[in-house]
Amino acid sequence: MNSLFPSIVSRSQSSGLMNFFVPIISIVLTLITGSIIFVILGFDPVYALYTFFISPISSTYGISELFVKATPLALIAIGLSYCFKNNIYNIGAEGQLTMGAIFGGGIGILFHDTNAFWLLPLMIFVGAIGGALWGLIPAILKTKFNTNEILTSLMLVYVALFILDYLVVGPWKDPFGYSFPKSRPFSESGRMPLLFDGLRVHFGLIITLFLIFVSWFIFSKTIFGFQLKVSGYSPKAARYAGFNQTTLVFFAFAICGAFAGIAGLAEVSGPIGLLYRDISPNYGFTAIIVAFLGRLHPIGIIFASLVIALTYLGAEDAQLFLQIPSAVGFIFQGLVLFYLLGAELLINYKLTYKKLL
Amino acid sequence: MSDTILNIENITKSFPRVIANKKVTFDIKKNAVHAILGENGAGKSTLVKILYGLLEPDEGNIKLNNKDFKVNSPAEARKQGIGMVFQHFSLFDSLSVKENLILGIDEKMSYSDLEDKLENISSRYNLPLDLDAPITALSAGEKQRVEIVRILLQDPQILIMDEPTSVLTPQEVESLFVTLNALVKEGRTILYITHKLEEVISICDTVTIMRSGEIIDTSSTANQTAKTLATKMLGQKLDDLKTNYEHIKDEVNFEVKNISCDFNDPFLTDLKNISFQVRVGEIYGIAGVAGNGQSELMDILTGENINIKSGSITFDNKKIEKYGPQKRRDLSISFVPENRLGHSAVPELSLSENILLSQFPKNNFIKNGIILKNNVDDFANNVINEFKVITPGNDAKASSLSGGNLQKYVIGREISSKPKILIISHPTWGIDAGAEHSIRESLIELSQNGTSIIVISQDLDELIEITHKISVIYDGNLSKPFKTSEIEIEKLGLLMGGKNE
Repeated sequence: MNSLFPSIVSRSQSSGLMNFFVPIISIVLTLITGSIIFVILGFDPVYALYTFFISPISSTYGISELFVKATPLALIAIGLSYCFKNNIYNIGAEGQLTMGAIFGGGIGILFHDTNAFWLLPLMIFVGAIGGALWGLIPAILKTKFNTNEILTSLMLVYVALFILDYLVVGPWKDPFGYSFPKSRPFSESGRMPLLFDGLRVHFGLIITLFLIFVSWFIFSKTIFGFQLKVSGYSPKAARYAGFNQTTLVFFAFAICGAFAGIAGLAEVSGPIGLLYRDISPNYGFTAIIVAFLGRLHPIGIIFASLVIALTYLGAEDAQLFLQIPSAVGFIFQGLVLFYLLGAELLINYKLTYKKLL
Repeated sequence: MSDTILNIENITKSFPRVIANKKVTFDIKKNAVHAILGENGAGKSTLVKILYGLLEPDEGNIKLNNKDFKVNSPAEARKQGIGMVFQHFSLFDSLSVKENLILGIDEKMSYSDLEDKLENISSRYNLPLDLDAPITALSAGEKQRVEIVRILLQDPQILIMDEPTSVLTPQEVESLFVTLNALVKEGRTILYITHKLEEVISICDTVTIMRSGEIIDTSSTANQTAKTLATKMLGQKLDDLKTNYEHIKDEVNFEVKNISCDFNDPFLTDLKNISFQVRVGEIYGIAGVAGNGQSELMDILTGENINIKSGSITFDNKKIEKYGPQKRRDLSISFVPENRLGHSAVPELSLSENILLSQFPKNNFIKNGIILKNNVDDFANNVINEFKVITPGNDAKASSLSGGNLQKYVIGREISSKPKILIISHPTWGIDAGAEHSIRESLIELSQNGTSIIVISQDLDELIEITHKISVIYDGNLSKPFKTSEIEIEKLGLLMGGKNE
C-alpha cells in the first residue's frame, strides 16, 4: 500500500525542455481554471474567455491599448530583474514608480507653460532620479542596518502614495481644477509623443524596448551582470571573488528604482498628462509577476508583459459586457503566479508516494 | 559455517545517476574486526546504510546467523542486534551525557538501572564518561564515546563504525582501539568502515576492499601491507611522493605577524597572536582538528575578512592585511577555500563562467566591463585538458561534476594563472583517491616551480605527504613550525589535542 500523502523529493536533474515550457503550461492551466470559475459564476466559458482574452485585442485600438499597459509592466519588470537576479526582494516598485511620477511630473508642473524640446528629456531624467532615490532608501537600510528589504520597500510604497496624495490635494492642486485632487496639465512638450495618430501607444514603448535591449546586454555580456548573478546564487562565492556586495545592492536598487521612475513618468506624461491620485493600477506590484513569468529574461519579460497586460484589458471588457467585477483580472494574475510557482517546484522536485510496509 | 555471523549476497543498490552497490557478496566472521576499505564514493556507506535499515536494497539477500535479515529502520536493526556509530554525531549539544543516553535507547529504563549498566560498560570497555557533563563541553573523542556507549546499552552483536578516527587525535585513536579489542574479546563483531590503510592493518582481522560499488577482494589482513591494500583500493599503482627541500629559497615572501581577531561569537574561534613565515617555493602546512580556527584564519588570509584586531600580513614587502580578495589577487596571491559548492565555485553556473570568479591581472578576461567570452572559454578548456577534468565541456554546470573533478577544476583554475603564492584549505576533502593523488602532485609541482603554498588541512597524512613544514592550530593558537621530514607523529598528536609540552 502507498501512503496517502506524497513526499517531495529533489530531482537529480531538471529537464531543460520543461524549464522552457513552464510559462506556457502555467498559462494553459490558468485558462482551464479560469473557465471553471466562469462556469461556476454561470457564464458560458467559451464566450467569457473570448470576452476576456480575444475581444479586447480584436481592433487596432485594442492592440494599442495592450501596448500602453504592457509598456510600464515590461519596463518595471526588467528593472526588477536587476534586483531579483541578485536575490534582493524589492517589492516596492510601485512606490518608486510613484516617486518617479512626482519628481518628473513636478518638473512638468513647474514648466507647465513652457514649450521646449528639452522639457520631456528633463522630466524623464528627473523622474529616473526620483525613482532611484526612493529605491536607495531600502538599499541603505539593508546594507547599513541589515533590515529586510521586503518590508522596507513595501512600506515605502505607501509613504510615496501619501506624498502624492498630499501634493495633489495641497500645494500642487490645479488652481483651475474646481478643487478636484489633480495637478495642472503638463504643457504639450512635456507629453510623451504618440507613435500613431488616434492611438494612445506612446514613445514610452520605444524607451522601454531600448532599456530592455540595454539590460539584455548587461545581463549577458558584462562583468556587472555576472556579478549580480553570482551574488544572487551564492553570496559567499561573490565574497570569495572579491565582488563588492554593498555596491551591487545599491546599483540593483538604483537601476530598478530608475526604471520604475521612468515608467511612472511615462504614465503621467503619456496617457494621463497630469498628476492625480490613481496614476497606476498597481503596475509596480503586477510587474513582479511579469518578471517571474518572463523568467527574468528580457525576451521572456516582453511576452509576459503582453500576457499580463491582456488580463487588465480583459477585466475591463468583462466588467462591461459580462458584468463581472474587474477584480477577476487580479484572479487571473494570481492564478498565473500560482501555477508558475507550482510548475517551478515540480521541475526541481517530484512527488513520490512512499510505500507503507 | 558456524563462525560466520553475516552473509551478504548479491546486494545491488542504484541511485538516479550511479550504481552504488553492484552484486556485493561477502561474509563476515563472528568475533572479529572486519574492515570495509574503499575510497570516497566506493559504496561503503551505501552498504552499511542497507545493513542498518536506512536504505532498501534493489536486489540481494542478507543473512544474520543463517536467518534471513530484513530491516526497514535503524530501530529494527538495533532490535536484531546491529548497532552503528556514525561519522557525524547525532547528540543534543545542550543536554547532558546521561540525558542523551536515556533518549537514545529504545526500551524503557530507570535512571538507576541505567547507571548500573553504564558503570559496567565503562569499566569493561575502557570508556570513561562524565555522565553530568553537557555534550558541548566534550571533545570529539568523548562525544564518540557517548555514541558507542549508547549503542552498547542495546547489547548489539555487530557494531558498525563509520570512519571512526576521522575526528580523533592520535591519542584518542589508540584508546578507541583498546575499546574495540575489548568488544571483540567479548564475542562481538565490528564492521569497520575506513579509507585509512594503517588502521586496517593494525586493528582489523579481515578486510573487504570496495571500488566503484564492487567488491574487489575479501581477505585476511595478515599478509597485507599498506602498499598492497592501496593498490587494490585504487586499482592503479601510485608513484611514491617524496618531500624535496632543494628548490626552496631562503627568501621569505609571505609573513603573518601577531594576527589576533575576536569574533564575539560562540560558534567561531578567536585567533590569538598567530605568526608564521613562508619561503619562496615552500609548502607550509597548518594541521589541527576541525573547529580550532582554521576557517577563521583562512578568511583572514584570503581577505574575505579584513576586520582584524591587531597584527600584519606582509607579502613581497607590502602590508596586505587590509586588502580585499581582488586586491590580493592583483598581487598574484591565489586561494582555494574548503567548500567547493557555493564558495570557490558556483554550482548553478557553467565551468566557463566559474573561471571569472578568480581573475588575475594578466588574464585579460574583461575589457571596459565587457566579458571577452573567447578568452574565458579558452582558459576553461585549457584547465579542463591540462588537469584532466572529466566533463562534457566548458558549458557544463559546475554542479554536474563530481567532487573530485570540480576540485581539480578549481585548483587548476588557480594554478593556471601561475600565482606567486597559493593559499588552499582542505585541498582533497571529500574526493576520490585518484583525484586526491593528482591534486597533491600538482601542488608539489607548483611549489617546485617557485610558488609558495599554504595548506590548511585536517588530513595529517596529506600534510606529511606534501608539505615542507607543519604547524598545528589549536583553539586559535598556532604552534611553532616543524620540519616535515623530521616530525614525530606523537608530538603533532599532542599539539592537536592541545597539549604543548
